[in-house]
Amino acid sequence: MSVRAVAANGGTGRDTGHDGVRGSLRAFVSGRRRHAPWLLASVSIVIALVLLSPLGLIVAQAAQAGWGQLWSVIDRPFVATLLWNTVRLALVVTLLAAVVGTGAAWLTERTVLFGRRVWAVLLIVPFVVPDFVLAWTWSSVFPAVHGYWGAVLVMTLHLYPLVYLPMAAAFRAADPGQEEAARGLGLSRWAAWLRISVRQARSTLLGGCLLVCLALLAYYGGFEDLRYQTFTTAIFGELQTQFAPAVASSLSLVLVALSVIVLGGEAVFRERGRLQRSGPMAQRAQTPISLGRLGVPALVAVATLVGFALGFPVAVVLYWMVAGGSSALPAAVSLGAAAGYTALYSALGALVATALALPIAMLATRHPRRWSAALERSTFIVQAIPGVVIGLALVYVASRSLGFLYQSPELLVAAYVLMFFPLGLVAVSSSVARASPRLEEIARSLGKGPWSVRVSVTLPLLAPGLLAAYCFVFLSAVTELTATLLLVPTGVQTLATQFWAYAEQGVSFGAAAPYAATMMVMSVIPVYLLGRWFDRRFLAQPGERSVLEVLT
Amino acid sequence: MSRIACKGIWKSFGNTRVLEGLDLEVPDGAVVTVLGASGSGKTTLLRLIAGFERPDSGTILIDDEVVDSARHFVAPERRRIGYVAQEGDLFPHLTVARNIGFGLARRERTSGRIEELLELVGLKGLGGRYPHELSGGQQQRVALARALAPHPRVVLLDEPFSSLDASLRASLRFDVMRILREQRATTVFVTHDQAEALSVADLVGIMSGGRIRQFAPPEELYSRPIDPTVAQFLGEANLLRGRAARGAVETALGTLPLGDGNRSSLVGPVLVLVRPEQISIQRSGRVPVGPGAGEGATGRVIHREYYGHDCVVLVSLDGAEPAVRVRCPGQAPVEVGDAVALQVTGAVVAWPAEPSGDPLRR
Repeated sequence: MSVRAVAANGGTGRDTGHDGVRGSLRAFVSGRRRHAPWLLASVSIVIALVLLSPLGLIVAQAAQAGWGQLWSVIDRPFVATLLWNTVRLALVVTLLAAVVGTGAAWLTERTVLFGRRVWAVLLIVPFVVPDFVLAWTWSSVFPAVHGYWGAVLVMTLHLYPLVYLPMAAAFRAADPGQEEAARGLGLSRWAAWLRISVRQARSTLLGGCLLVCLALLAYYGGFEDLRYQTFTTAIFGELQTQFAPAVASSLSLVLVALSVIVLGGEAVFRERGRLQRSGPMAQRAQTPISLGRLGVPALVAVATLVGFALGFPVAVVLYWMVAGGSSALPAAVSLGAAAGYTALYSALGALVATALALPIAMLATRHPRRWSAALERSTFIVQAIPGVVIGLALVYVASRSLGFLYQSPELLVAAYVLMFFPLGLVAVSSSVARASPRLEEIARSLGKGPWSVRVSVTLPLLAPGLLAAYCFVFLSAVTELTATLLLVPTGVQTLATQFWAYAEQGVSFGAAAPYAATMMVMSVIPVYLLGRWFDRRFLAQPGERSVLEVLT
Repeated sequence: MSRIACKGIWKSFGNTRVLEGLDLEVPDGAVVTVLGASGSGKTTLLRLIAGFERPDSGTILIDDEVVDSARHFVAPERRRIGYVAQEGDLFPHLTVARNIGFGLARRERTSGRIEELLELVGLKGLGGRYPHELSGGQQQRVALARALAPHPRVVLLDEPFSSLDASLRASLRFDVMRILREQRATTVFVTHDQAEALSVADLVGIMSGGRIRQFAPPEELYSRPIDPTVAQFLGEANLLRGRAARGAVETALGTLPLGDGNRSSLVGPVLVLVRPEQISIQRSGRVPVGPGAGEGATGRVIHREYYGHDCVVLVSLDGAEPAVRVRCPGQAPVEVGDAVALQVTGAVVAWPAEPSGDPLRR
C-alpha cells in the first residue's frame, strides 16, 4: 500500500482513486467516489466471454458425441502418430527459428554487416509470403522438399521473422551502458552480450518462440502442400473426405490442449524473466561490432536466408505468371473480385478486432487490478485456438442455431476477429500504456471537457497503436487459409481460397500465381508499417507521428 | 489575481493516509512554495486543488468559490488552473505552438497570443518544433507557456525543475519565477529542495505528517522554526541540549542569549538551534571578544568540506555533545586536527526538550 501512495505522490498519475474497499466505501458515503469504470468493465467482460466462446462450443460439440466415443477417437495409433509429427516438428522448427532469428537480428543490429539497413527490412518481408504459397513454390520446383525435413525447411524460412522482428527491436533498444558495465566487471564482449542483452531479451525471445509454436500448430495449407500430416490436416481430412465432424472436433480438442500447454509454458517462464530498464535516462547509441574475417560468410548467410525465404518464392510466382498459361481454367471469380473480397473481409475483421481490443486494453492499463489483468490475459487463450477449430466452432453454431449466418460474410469476419484479436490487443495495449492519463488531466486543466480531451489528446496518442493493430489483423486475415476455406460464403472466393483451388490440385500453377502475387502485394504495406511500429515501441521515443506520416 | 483556501483536507489511498486535515491559505498573487520530503503528499495536494483527484473530506475554495466539498465539485476544466508537471507532460503529437494554443479558443490562437507566450518564455521561432525535438529545459518552458496561455487564476507547479541538471535548474528557475511575478500569478509550487523553496517564495509551507507544519515568510521560517523537525528541514542545523533560565540558555557552546520569540517563557531543559553560520572559529588562544558574543567553547577539527564561496568545518567539542558544524566564509582558517575555539554570534532559538521524540536520538 505504501508503495502505491508513494507512486501517487511521485506524480505517476496512475488512477489510485478506488483502491481498498474501506476507502471506496467511505468515499462513496461522502459522495466523492471517483466514478468506477463499470461501463468499461462490463463491456470488457462481454468481449472476453465472446472471444472465449469457441472453446466452450468445441467442448459442447465433443460432449454431444459422448466422452466415451471421444476417447475411442483419441486413443488410436493414428493420433499418436499425429502427436509425434506435431511435437517433433514444433520443437525443431521453434529451435531453428530462434537461432536463425536471433542470429540475424544480432548481425543487422549489432555488427557492421554490409548493407545492414537493407537486410533489416528484407529479413522481415518473408512473412508476407503465406506458408501455403512458400510450401507450394518449394515443392513445385523441388519435389524432394516434402515430408518432415521439407516441413522443417519451409516452416523455418516462413516463421523466423516472428523471432527476428522482436529480437532486432530488443537489441536496438538494449542499453549499451549495461554491457559496458559488465565488461568493466571483467566479462568479454561476447560474454557481456550473452549475459546482458540476450539474457534481458529472454522474455522477448520466448514470446517469439511462442508465436512460432502456435503458428505451427495452426497451419494447414503448407503441410498439405508438403504432404506432412499434422492435426490440422487430419481434421480437414475427417471433415472433407470422411464427413466426420465429431471425429474432427475430438481431434480439435487435442490440438487446443497442445496449444494451451505451449501458452502456459511460456507464461511460466515469462513471469520469471520480467525485466525493465531502470529510469528514463537518455540512451547512447551503440557502437557496432566489426566482423573481421567473418564478414563475408555472415553476408552470404543472410543473403541465402533472404533468398530462400523471399527471393525464391517471389521468383517462382513471377515465373509462373509469365510462363504459365493462366487461361487454362475458368475462375469462379476474377482476380479483381477475389482481391476485393479479401480486402473487404480482412479490413472489416481488422476494424472490429481493433475496436474490441481498445476497451480491454484501457481497462487493464488504466485500472490495473488483479481481475482486470486476468481478463486481459484470458483473451490471449484465443491465440491458442487454431483457425480450423474456430472455423469448426462457428460452423457448428451456424448449422445448429443461427442458420441464417451459415456461409455468411459476417461469420467469416467474426472468425478473423476471434483468431486475430490477441495480435490487435498487443498493439493497442502498448500504445494505451503510453497515452498517459496525466496528459488527459493537463488537457482538462486547460479547459477541455472529458469528450473533447478524448478526441484531441487520447485518440491521437492511441492512433499509432490502433493503426498497428489494424495492420496486424489485416495482414493476418489476408493470408489466412484454414478458417477461410471452412467459412467462405457460397459463390465467393478470396485470394487465398482461389489460389488454393488452383494450386492444391496442381492443375494450373500459372492460374494460381497471380492470386499469390496479389496476396503478397496486399500484405507488404502492413508489414512495412508494422516494422516501423516495432521500432517505435522499443525505442520509446515520442516521435510516433512518423508512422502516421507514412500513411498520409 | 486569486486566492486559494484548503480547509481540513483528508485524503487516503487505500489504507495509506496522505493528507490528514490539511489547511492552507494562499493569498492573492502570492508565490507559495510547499516544501516536504518525497511521499509527504505534496503532489496529492496540487492534484486536489487542480481537481484531478477528490479529497475524502474537506473543502477547497478558489476566490471564495467552493470548487470541492462534500456537495460541490467543479471539474478541472472549469477551474481555470494552470498545471505544470515534473516532466512537463507536453502533448507529444502536437507542435510547440499547438501545445501552447491547446487551452485557447480558436480565435485566440490566431490573435498572436501564442507568439507572445513563445517570446515570454524565450522560445521565439521554435513554435513549429515537436516536444521530442526540445531539450528538457525548453520543454518545461513550453509547459509553463501552455499553462499561462488561457490566463489561469492560479498556477500550480509540481517540482517543475527536478528532472533538470543543477546549473540549468537554477537559470530556468530564475526565468520562470520572473515570468510568474510579471504575470502576477497566484502560484503554488511544491518541491523537496529547501534552497529552491526558500529562494523563490513569498510564503513557505512546511509539509509533514499530512499537514502544513509551519506557514511563514522564508526569513521567519529560517530564523524562527516552530520545532526541531522544521529547523532540520530548512538548511543545516546544530541542535544542542541546554538549560534555559532568565532569557539565556546554557549549552556546550557557552551561555547564549535567547531570541525575542521565547526569551522569558522558557525555563529548564531545552533543545537549542544554532545555525552553522552563527558560529565563528579560530585557532585556539586567539578568540576575539566582540559585542553580543558568548563566552565560547573549545574543540578539535575532525573534518572539512570546501565549497569555494565558503567552507564547512566539523568540530568535535571538548567535553561532550555531538560534533558541531561551522560555516566559515572563504578559505578555512583551520586544518583537520587543529585545536580551535568556537563562538556563537547573535540570539538562538530553543524549544523545551521533550522526553520522547528527541530528534538528537534519530
